[in-house]
Amino acid sequence: MSNGIGNGNPNGNGGPTGGSRWFEQPPKPLPTRPQSKGPDKDLWLRCPSCAEILYRPVLAERGQVCPHCSHHFRIEASARVALLADPGSFVVHDDHLGPGDPLEFSDAKPYHKRLLDTQKKLGVLDAFLSGSCTIDGLPVELGVFDFRFMGGSMGSVVGEKVTRVFERATERRCPAIVVSASGGARMQEGILSLMQMAKSCAALAKLRDEAGQPYISVLTDPTTGGVAASFAMLGDLIFAEPNALIGFAGPRVIQQTIGENLPEGFQTSEYLLAHGMVDLIVPRNELRATLAESLRWLVESRPVAIGEAR
Amino acid sequence: MDLILDFERPLMELRRRIESLKTLQAEEGLDLSASIEQLDLQARRLQGQMLRDLSPWQRTLLSRHPQRPYSLDWISRLFTEWRELHGDRAGHDDAAIVCGFARYKGRPVAVLGHQKGRNTKESLKRNFGMPRPEGYRKALRLMGLAARFGRPIITLIDTPGAYPGVDAEARGQAEAIARNIMEMSTFQVPVICVVIGEGGSGGALALGVGNRTLMLENSTYSVISPEGCAAILWRDRAEGPRAAEALRITAKDCLHLGVADEVVPEPGSGAHRDPDGAAAALDAALERHLGELSLLDGPALREDRYARYRKLGVVLEEAERLAVIRAKLAETAAREEAG
Repeated sequence: MSNGIGNGNPNGNGGPTGGSRWFEQPPKPLPTRPQSKGPDKDLWLRCPSCAEILYRPVLAERGQVCPHCSHHFRIEASARVALLADPGSFVVHDDHLGPGDPLEFSDAKPYHKRLLDTQKKLGVLDAFLSGSCTIDGLPVELGVFDFRFMGGSMGSVVGEKVTRVFERATERRCPAIVVSASGGARMQEGILSLMQMAKSCAALAKLRDEAGQPYISVLTDPTTGGVAASFAMLGDLIFAEPNALIGFAGPRVIQQTIGENLPEGFQTSEYLLAHGMVDLIVPRNELRATLAESLRWLVESRPVAIGEAR
Repeated sequence: MDLILDFERPLMELRRRIESLKTLQAEEGLDLSASIEQLDLQARRLQGQMLRDLSPWQRTLLSRHPQRPYSLDWISRLFTEWRELHGDRAGHDDAAIVCGFARYKGRPVAVLGHQKGRNTKESLKRNFGMPRPEGYRKALRLMGLAARFGRPIITLIDTPGAYPGVDAEARGQAEAIARNIMEMSTFQVPVICVVIGEGGSGGALALGVGNRTLMLENSTYSVISPEGCAAILWRDRAEGPRAAEALRITAKDCLHLGVADEVVPEPGSGAHRDPDGAAAALDAALERHLGELSLLDGPALREDRYARYRKLGVVLEEAERLAVIRAKLAETAAREEAG
């Protein structure tokens, strides 16, 4: 398990400056909140839940939670990290890993083209941001899905980075946290995407068996398919944001199978809580505090771990 | 009911002609041996060619063929003292997965597999081989038992996928699959997985984390069904053949991608026409792999499995990534120019 450790840059802003193209530039420091862009009309949006008109900068300041009805909008990975990690503590890892095109897949456009377009638009190589940080002073390995990147789908790169989160936590003997937001396995990498489920879960088992360290899974809207059916549902603790879509099969597929309407609130966080599948529903503004409290309960003042795991 | 797929027809037609010539020969006392021999040669050539040239979609159809041997058919041919065991100990028993203990060449092993039905009644009972959470939990219970007592685990994979139903979701389908995948990675006994028909996504992988993955020649293994993929990408389930091509789901593709360790050849025109011959081929492969794995101790078996999955996937570091992207863009540009 030599891969991983030391890949991150302690300054969080890359090595020597290279060429001028976006993909040759060092990773930028994480913005503390998403930048608003474009003309004025992009500054406002209507809350899909309460229909109030919201001012985007205010929404961003509130962690993308509607101030009127607490509707949780999706949030960018870097903004999520800013909400959870102690200021200045997050050290990015593995952001130099990019996807290949092993199947030479093509639908409406070739996969490698789709990747490049998305990478250009978002300034990241794939759908997962990970690094070391502290939360309320406690060291953790943190990974966050970026739903904007092809629906947060898990291909080889996401699987690799999740695996490294668990491997690094095992090596450093610290807890791991993964915040999921994903439609599932990435079709464009076919069976290799499915195999990422096995790869990451095997690393998670080692965190448990070799390091004896906890893993907390945070489910956000949406967490479905192959991500739900692997590490996302395997947290020692599983927290869910309110009203997130969580499940294995998509609601549309299920509806087609049973040929009738789905039960009220089916596959929401609240439905999963009622069915015993998650520990807690945690609103976004309480997530950091709840994580800190849980981590303290789990690992605070433990005897030093050498020889103690198992 | 004999289902003959389109591409099997020419061969079937030849066989019928050979049969009728033979009948004629016997009844009329004519010597037609030259013609029969000729046709027979032609048939054999056609058969060899047919299997070689099958498209991914045709393989998909073969992997789902209603006369293909199912788990229990393989089990009766490969194992002795099969004893099926039941129940997840939490209120349910899922007939879409069969599991139990048996002996392989005299050695005690655990055997598990997805099970499909042969007729409507049995298909409903088996839920067309689509497990619910209790199926995975039953399987995990038995695998854990086998691991505790040092018994090798052999799984037979043949499912369209996990059951997309309300009850399956309510009882924690995602968690059940995830749990199996994680725990299978930890067992300190040999685990050999054989894709015998359809390797459908998470439902397949829940029985599919092994030291070895073997695939029957006409089996498939995919992250999503071709029809499901087509429905999402092309908004049309009828585009399944196109998706089957794009997803690289055949045994040979999986071998190239490192997902399968060996392709087990099917004799003649496929396992559905010659289950005994196919069982003999699988038997030989199984014996060889089990023999190899038996040389490793418990921790080494777990580590071997870890290493196997650890390397799966294509991840590029910055420099190689750029080279590949540049080459591909140039290729695409050249193709667009040419076309």
